[in-house]
Amino acid sequence: MTLPQSEAGLAPGTAAAPAPVRAGLVRRLLRNPVAVGCLAVLALIALASLFAPLLTDQDPAHSSLTETLAPAGGAHPLGGDGVGRDVLARLLYGGRTSLLGALLAVSVALVIGVPSGLLAGYYRKWFDAVSSWLANILMAVPAIVVLLVVMSAVGQNTYVAMAVFGVLMSPGVFRLIRASAISVREELYVDAARVSGLTDGRIVRRHILPVVQAPTIIQAAQMLGLAIVIQSGLEFLGLGSATQASWGSMLNDAFANIYTKPVLMLWPGGALALTVAAFGLLGNALRDALDASAVSGRRARRAVRNAARARKAERARKAEEAEQAEKSVTAVKAGKAGKAVDSAPAEGIGAGPSTVPVPVPVPVPEPVPESVPEPVPESVAESVTESVAGAESPGSPEDTKSSADADGARQPKAAVASAKDDDAPLLVLDGLRVSYPAEDGEKAVVDGVSLTVRKGEVLGLVGESGSGKSQTAFAVLGLLPPEALASADRLVFDGTELGRLNRSEMNRLRGRRIAYVPQEPMSNLDPSFRIGAQLVEPVRRHLRLPASQARTKTLGLLERVGIADPERVFASYPHQISGGMAQRVLIAGAVSCDPDLLIADEPTTALDVTVQAEVLDLMRSLQRERNMGMILVTHDFGVVADICDRVTVMQTGTVVESAPARELFAAPRHPYTRMLLASTLEDAEPRSALGHATARTAAGTMHTARQEGRA
Amino acid sequence: MTGTLDKDRPAPAPAPAPADPLLVADEVVVEYPAKGWRKPPFRVLKGVSLTIGAGETLGLVGESGSGKTTLGRAILGLAPVTAGSVRYDGRVISGLGRRERRALSSEIQVVFQDPYTSLNPAMTVNDILSEPLTVAGTSRAEAERRVKDLLDQVRLPADAGQRLPREFSGGQRQRVAIARALSRDPRIVVCDEPVSALDLSTQARVLDLFVEIQERTGVAYLFITHDLSVVRHISHRVAVMYRGEIVESGDAAKVTATPEHPYTQRLLLAAPVPDPERQAQRRAERRRLAATAPASAPTPTSQAATASTPTSPSPSPSQAATTGGTE
Repeated sequence: MTLPQSEAGLAPGTAAAPAPVRAGLVRRLLRNPVAVGCLAVLALIALASLFAPLLTDQDPAHSSLTETLAPAGGAHPLGGDGVGRDVLARLLYGGRTSLLGALLAVSVALVIGVPSGLLAGYYRKWFDAVSSWLANILMAVPAIVVLLVVMSAVGQNTYVAMAVFGVLMSPGVFRLIRASAISVREELYVDAARVSGLTDGRIVRRHILPVVQAPTIIQAAQMLGLAIVIQSGLEFLGLGSATQASWGSMLNDAFANIYTKPVLMLWPGGALALTVAAFGLLGNALRDALDASAVSGRRARRAVRNAARARKAERARKAEEAEQAEKSVTAVKAGKAGKAVDSAPAEGIGAGPSTVPVPVPVPVPEPVPESVPEPVPESVAESVTESVAGAESPGSPEDTKSSADADGARQPKAAVASAKDDDAPLLVLDGLRVSYPAEDGEKAVVDGVSLTVRKGEVLGLVGESGSGKSQTAFAVLGLLPPEALASADRLVFDGTELGRLNRSEMNRLRGRRIAYVPQEPMSNLDPSFRIGAQLVEPVRRHLRLPASQARTKTLGLLERVGIADPERVFASYPHQISGGMAQRVLIAGAVSCDPDLLIADEPTTALDVTVQAEVLDLMRSLQRERNMGMILVTHDFGVVADICDRVTVMQTGTVVESAPARELFAAPRHPYTRMLLASTLEDAEPRSALGHATARTAAGTMHTARQEGRA
Repeated sequence: MTGTLDKDRPAPAPAPAPADPLLVADEVVVEYPAKGWRKPPFRVLKGVSLTIGAGETLGLVGESGSGKTTLGRAILGLAPVTAGSVRYDGRVISGLGRRERRALSSEIQVVFQDPYTSLNPAMTVNDILSEPLTVAGTSRAEAERRVKDLLDQVRLPADAGQRLPREFSGGQRQRVAIARALSRDPRIVVCDEPVSALDLSTQARVLDLFVEIQERTGVAYLFITHDLSVVRHISHRVAVMYRGEIVESGDAAKVTATPEHPYTQRLLLAAPVPDPERQAQRRAERRRLAATAPASAPTPTSQAATASTPTSPSPSPSQAATTGGTE
């Protein structure tokens, strides 16, 4: 992501190390045809200017009246200008002026901006305050006016003007460097370097400069182009050195003769355009090459494209299979949390070979009790509500009646599971596969996962990172990222094949009957809205309640989840409450719809252990009270033991063991489960105090006694 | 500072004799300036004392915001010590200048929590590990040899040196961070939640590595964590922090099994055990404790509600007495 030091003045021990990275940078740059073209053009212009005396024997300043507006040819390949000077010579020598002037300006800007930016960003304090203040003043000064004043005071010298312009550009560099330095300075590796005994100078060179180099180089390329333009403008106005050939003064001359010999405009204009464009494009190419994240970003985009292609092929293949096979193939819809869900309906038996998205909401398969208002028909409204609610706390309360009542009312029409007793599975997932496009084909993160959740049952989905447990949960929610390729033999929620639902139907279901509690409570609340508004909005949308009733209901929910002062939290912004409180708020949002199934993805991982215990208590009591089914994704066997009825252990995308909780803890069968359980430290032997070093122990004990005296 | 001293607490001990523990934090106070004109500074540590002996592990347990990380940073010289002192080997090291502080880098080292941001992503593992060595003037060849040895010590393959941090998993990165901390044979390593970002099985292996290194080299650890089970596994002694103060400390087995302070009790009972039967018991016990002693142990809810006003009086008498600040 960064490029290594290129400074010549580095300590010998530090300079050599990152050479391979540098080679990588050059190679990356050379792989970009635009960059190669720009470099070629710039090299050509620079060489032509440098070797101007070899390319022409004419003196760019020598004017001969006989050669005035001479036609091209002979001694003057490009003819003569308005006062009889050789155009080619002026073009070549003018390149020197332009390039040198631009280099001068940029060097001045960098020499002032980089060190001051590094100092201000790394040390902060008074230097930061003073230099930032100066930079702001300098930026507020109108550059052209200053340049005109300087030119009139010092005399018409292009290089002086460019040096002054460099000073005027330095605040831009300063601010860029300062911002980068501030952000790197907060990184733990800079702290580690300080603890390692590195001097500040060395930390700046080794850890900060490499990071600020990339933006600096890009900025420099852009500034070079800008400096050339400004310089030509000044010269065009006749403010440059009178004796020096320059592209700007050529333009001036051409402008004077525009009616008699318009072609004079072409040469300096073309040279300017070419140079400035080359610098600009080179800057862009450099950014791409320098920024590793840009590279990976491109890779990701390519991956997405490939994925789309793969998905198309997959769809065609599946459609064929579906016709032949009996089992229904379901593609789990993909969509990112908070955003609209992929509008493509799942293909399967029902859809047959047709893979065209269903554009209009088809008759809703989800039955609605008479007492409940009709579902909001516009999917727009749904998605708006969803995004307001953060989608992770889908609040589309259908009713607040007891779940037993709801059970009776919500008789599904679709007939996969017809049994109505309590043992009827609420959710059946069979043969789920989730994969992501990778460099070589696709990479499966979930491979053939099957699970069942009954009403009122808490299923723990346990595994380590990369086991696919969260992906499984998101697949059930239909909230996988768009590039995910997901399919399942069966994904049936309370009799409804989820794969067959279109987007708005799925939204409705997610809103009402399947709720979600996320891992990071804070990032799942919109910081720019008050908590009350975020909770009330879905309630109003889905229940069509007037504002006052929705407010009362929400306050009741907040009280139910154990918030001592609901009114205050209702009126707070998310940053004003603690993480545990935010998680309670999200739980309140999740159960506001009285869902049948609650999917919680590591709901307590971000919380302190005492808060975790209370949140688990809350979830347990809500679950019992409402007889919800629940999928709890976690890595913590303690949490599993606390709340789960059954446990499914996952490893690298597959289920290795699934058993009732008590059985699993009493007699784990799979070696992986046994290994995980053995890794928990709960029952590990505590280390005892060090036996030797009596004196120290005595001191420690004394200290202990003192501490305990306080406690 | 005008607060009153805790009545039970003896006056701060005079500078101890040479037979001092390796590291002593004595009534350390850390304050950060609050935003806003003339607002009183925010006091993160309210006079914290602890000792760590050579070769010993002191576990420092606390919840988020308790100030445990700040204490670690104060010892490392990364946080300003407003009052009190940190002594290493009988010498006051709080408030040292940058140059003198740098001289300590071979003695006191650190392993941070997040293995993703504690390694410079642009440097190879070799560079990361040899940097502290070359700074100390080790020759290049010697540093190379030492890096090989370090990689071997933390059980990373020898060719790991050529690679960048992003090519490693979290556990492996943490091993690199441990190797960096060990590179100059420090006598004490501040470990700030070094395993909490790791998977369960990885966590156990990395903890074992910590123990093994300690047994071999005799390094001392200040092991900061929020997890009582981790602390029990690795610590000889344990100190429990709550809102910028140490509320209980003592032998690891004792503090983590039969804690005396209500807060530690609450902490212990809140940690779920991976056994449904025992967890149900523990849960019942926790509820009983919460029901019987609501005054002495504020619930996290009320704690959270008052979190924005750090000066609000704590319910516990000793805490209340020291909230005003002592010197």
